[in-house]
Amino acid sequence: MATATVAPSRLNLIGLDKSDYKGNPSTLCAGCGHDSISAQIIQVAFELGLKPENVIKLSGIGCSSKSPAYFLNRSHGLNAVHGRMPSVASGAMLANRNLTAIGVSGDGDTGSIGLGQFKHIIRRNVPMVYVIENNGVYGLTKGQFSATSDEGQKLKYYGDNEYPAVDLCMEAIVSGCGFVARSFAGDPKQVRPLLKAAFSFKGTAVLDIISPCVTFNNNPDSNKSYEWVRDHDSPLHDISFVPVREEITVEYEPGETKAVTMHDGAKIVLKKLAGEHDPTDRMAAIMLLERSRTDNVLTTGLIYYNPDRDTVQDSEGMVATALALLPDEKLRPARSTLEKIVAGLC
Amino acid sequence: MSVIQSQVADILAGGNLGEVVNDFSMQIASANGSGSQTSNMVLVRALFRMGIPVSGKNLFPSNIQGLPTWYTIRCSRAGYVACQPSAPVVVLMNPETAVKDLAGLESGGVCFYSDDLKIDLSRQDVTYYPMPVKQLTNVPEVPRHLRTYIGNMVYVGVLAQVLKIEMGALEAALDWQFGGRTKLVNANLPTIKAAYEWAAANITKRDQYRVERMNATAGYMLVDGNAAGGLGSVYGGMTVTAWYPITPSTSLADEMSAFASKLRRDPDGKANYAIVQAEDELAAIGMVLGAGWAGARSMTTTSGPGISLMQEFLGFGYYAEIPAVIWNIQRVGPSTGMPTRVSQGDLFVCYYASHGDTKHICLLPGSVNECFEFGWRSLDIAEQYQTPVFVLSDLDLGMNQWMTKPFEYPAEPINRGKVLTAEQVEKNGFRRYADIDGDGIPYRTLPGTDHPRASYFTRGSGHDADARYTEEPEKYRDNLERLRRKIERAREHLPAPVVEMTAGAKIGIIGFGSTDPAIVEARDTLAASGVKTSYLRMRALPAAASVVDFVCSHERVYVVEINADGQLRQILQSDMPELAARLRPVCKLDGMPFTAAWIIGQINSQEQK
Repeated sequence: MATATVAPSRLNLIGLDKSDYKGNPSTLCAGCGHDSISAQIIQVAFELGLKPENVIKLSGIGCSSKSPAYFLNRSHGLNAVHGRMPSVASGAMLANRNLTAIGVSGDGDTGSIGLGQFKHIIRRNVPMVYVIENNGVYGLTKGQFSATSDEGQKLKYYGDNEYPAVDLCMEAIVSGCGFVARSFAGDPKQVRPLLKAAFSFKGTAVLDIISPCVTFNNNPDSNKSYEWVRDHDSPLHDISFVPVREEITVEYEPGETKAVTMHDGAKIVLKKLAGEHDPTDRMAAIMLLERSRTDNVLTTGLIYYNPDRDTVQDSEGMVATALALLPDEKLRPARSTLEKIVAGLC
Repeated sequence: MSVIQSQVADILAGGNLGEVVNDFSMQIASANGSGSQTSNMVLVRALFRMGIPVSGKNLFPSNIQGLPTWYTIRCSRAGYVACQPSAPVVVLMNPETAVKDLAGLESGGVCFYSDDLKIDLSRQDVTYYPMPVKQLTNVPEVPRHLRTYIGNMVYVGVLAQVLKIEMGALEAALDWQFGGRTKLVNANLPTIKAAYEWAAANITKRDQYRVERMNATAGYMLVDGNAAGGLGSVYGGMTVTAWYPITPSTSLADEMSAFASKLRRDPDGKANYAIVQAEDELAAIGMVLGAGWAGARSMTTTSGPGISLMQEFLGFGYYAEIPAVIWNIQRVGPSTGMPTRVSQGDLFVCYYASHGDTKHICLLPGSVNECFEFGWRSLDIAEQYQTPVFVLSDLDLGMNQWMTKPFEYPAEPINRGKVLTAEQVEKNGFRRYADIDGDGIPYRTLPGTDHPRASYFTRGSGHDADARYTEEPEKYRDNLERLRRKIERAREHLPAPVVEMTAGAKIGIIGFGSTDPAIVEARDTLAASGVKTSYLRMRALPAAASVVDFVCSHERVYVVEINADGQLRQILQSDMPELAARLRPVCKLDGMPFTAAWIIGQINSQEQK
């Protein structure tokens, strides 16, 4: 079976140690799902050999949005205003298309105040890994319902939630997202290959990672709790990620596996567990999410994949060079051109 | 030259007594979306081609089709381009407003009217000229679907004949208007000529108004401030623009896009810029700040409601110290207000944008030429100070055509501000918010800088000199104090006020932006009546020390601005509390541009108190 584990050497492909990817100590609650996601981001960036100086990490406001401080200290970070990380990320990726972007958001940041920007960054297909650390609750303001809280859910102070949940994977698919996955913070074996594949995807890759809030929303009846997910998780496939540099030695039986090729040639190998889900079938992906909702299960894995859309930089017809680094002569047209324009206006 | 002087000059020039040559306004009343704008622009440019100083102002509704619109053209041999309180020549094309427009016509005025309008022609103090619009356009040569549109060319031809606008100038103007597209020129020109001939055969001139060739527009261009601002930005090296459509700023983005497409592409067609229409102004400013943070020369253009939406991000930009340029083409507020009318009412909301203690650099262009200059300069200032910079234009300056001297190529090289390279980080280290140079402006690195110590974390929450999160009172205060010093220091380094001191003047006038022509004209008229004034035109906030000197030098200083509260006056009063009583308001907000007559009336009545 193809594996994505690291070579025994302590250093990765670009000669960095795992500690070169670390961040500051977390200030989140002990046991927070977000911290295990940060750990996976560090692990994945190390294993992929990402150059940290070439990565930007962005977030909005909320518990989730604190986490970029806890990984990749050698990357530029930006903690934007609430719900508006997508626009800042879009601007940054227009300014320098050669960067690798990872955004971390939460269910409040993305599903409520930032829902519009979430859908529009997807619509423009701005290249970035967009992680939603979804705990179905407002943690930093001490436990209000969020847009992804389950209908009928109970919270200690705020009582019953009367409103249906927004399914952020569904929103992503209908907005035109080409990489939509769902996972669980407590399942690093699944989070890792999905994160790696997301980094290899040239477009907006959305990972909705259920990440229980140990303080405000870890009751067994919450569908964002450790206990509930363990009982209701319905993985679509066993997932392996095969970097472009490694040979695929798949031992899956024909008919049971599907290899999805990323933009850079890397592959994500999906071993079917049950059912017939084909992640390249948009209608099937939508049906799958709808069925999961009615069946009250949490379907995890790669839900939808479509590599065919242009990125925003290509749609805008931009040069390959980072706009931020253009030399002055590319920024200011020659004097003669102005004289010609002026003559035309006289 | 004063009005009296110009009338004397008229007579000396050999004009008949009572004849008014090159010194009157005309107002064309039509329906929005009927195509009259093309006709009006042709008239303005034809007069300009005849060497006559001219200005055109469009008073249009917030509507695409059908509501009334008035276009005023002023010819002024003295070179005055502000609007006048009334126009003695009116052209009535709109049945909705014809009765009221005629009633408002001054005695001795001239009324051109489409002859299918049902209006009462009983006023005896007015000269009437009918125009057979239907007759001249319901002809086989004019395609049926274009008849309403081309009907507007009838008044062009009739006015030309009666007011003596040269046909050659009209043809050149038409050609310019359609960018030399022969098909369009040929669709319109025959109607102009037919109307011109019809008037020659059927109208006997009975009024006193006419134009004649001068040589006062050589070396000038006719262009609007939004086009100038867009073009200036292209020469300023704008690399990322994110914007959301809003009147009256949209044309800045459109013009910039057209210019950039011609001027800023590689031979293979790839763009050295990105201009993105955002989903709203929240996203527009977010993209601009993200781009500025990552090293783009980034900007947006908007108007009042957009500025309101951007507030939170503007505070973030100020506090996190991210360069950005925000054009605000001001329109009448509060709220939706009057989207197609002029205002200078956004000084407070820009100067003090966002919650908490903020103060922002604002540039105040007072001419189309300055729109161009501030287009490139604002991008330098934003990167130099690492902060959002506003350019406060307005609807009148932005959307109307103004005579202006040719744009001057940027005199200074592009300024990218204090950006450290990997080598510099290696050599000297990097502390993001430390005041190394004592000017309040820190050094920054761009994402992607290839050095392990080049990164930092940008946040709107409390941070220390090393960009680390902090809630420590001293560190928080130190950082805010440095920010305050940074902006304070800008006072003497921004575009300086333009000062015109008059010896012996006790009265000073302070203004900014599009009121400049009205103030200039008002001062000439006041001078002719023995009232001496000095004039200071602000070009930036925070204000330079020379503004204080100016106020010190005058007993009374009138602050002229198109808003209800006297916002500039209040800002200046807080800068110089000991002189506050000297600053007096000349302000109002009703959507109309200021006239010299109104400013004179305000100053005279306050002087008499």
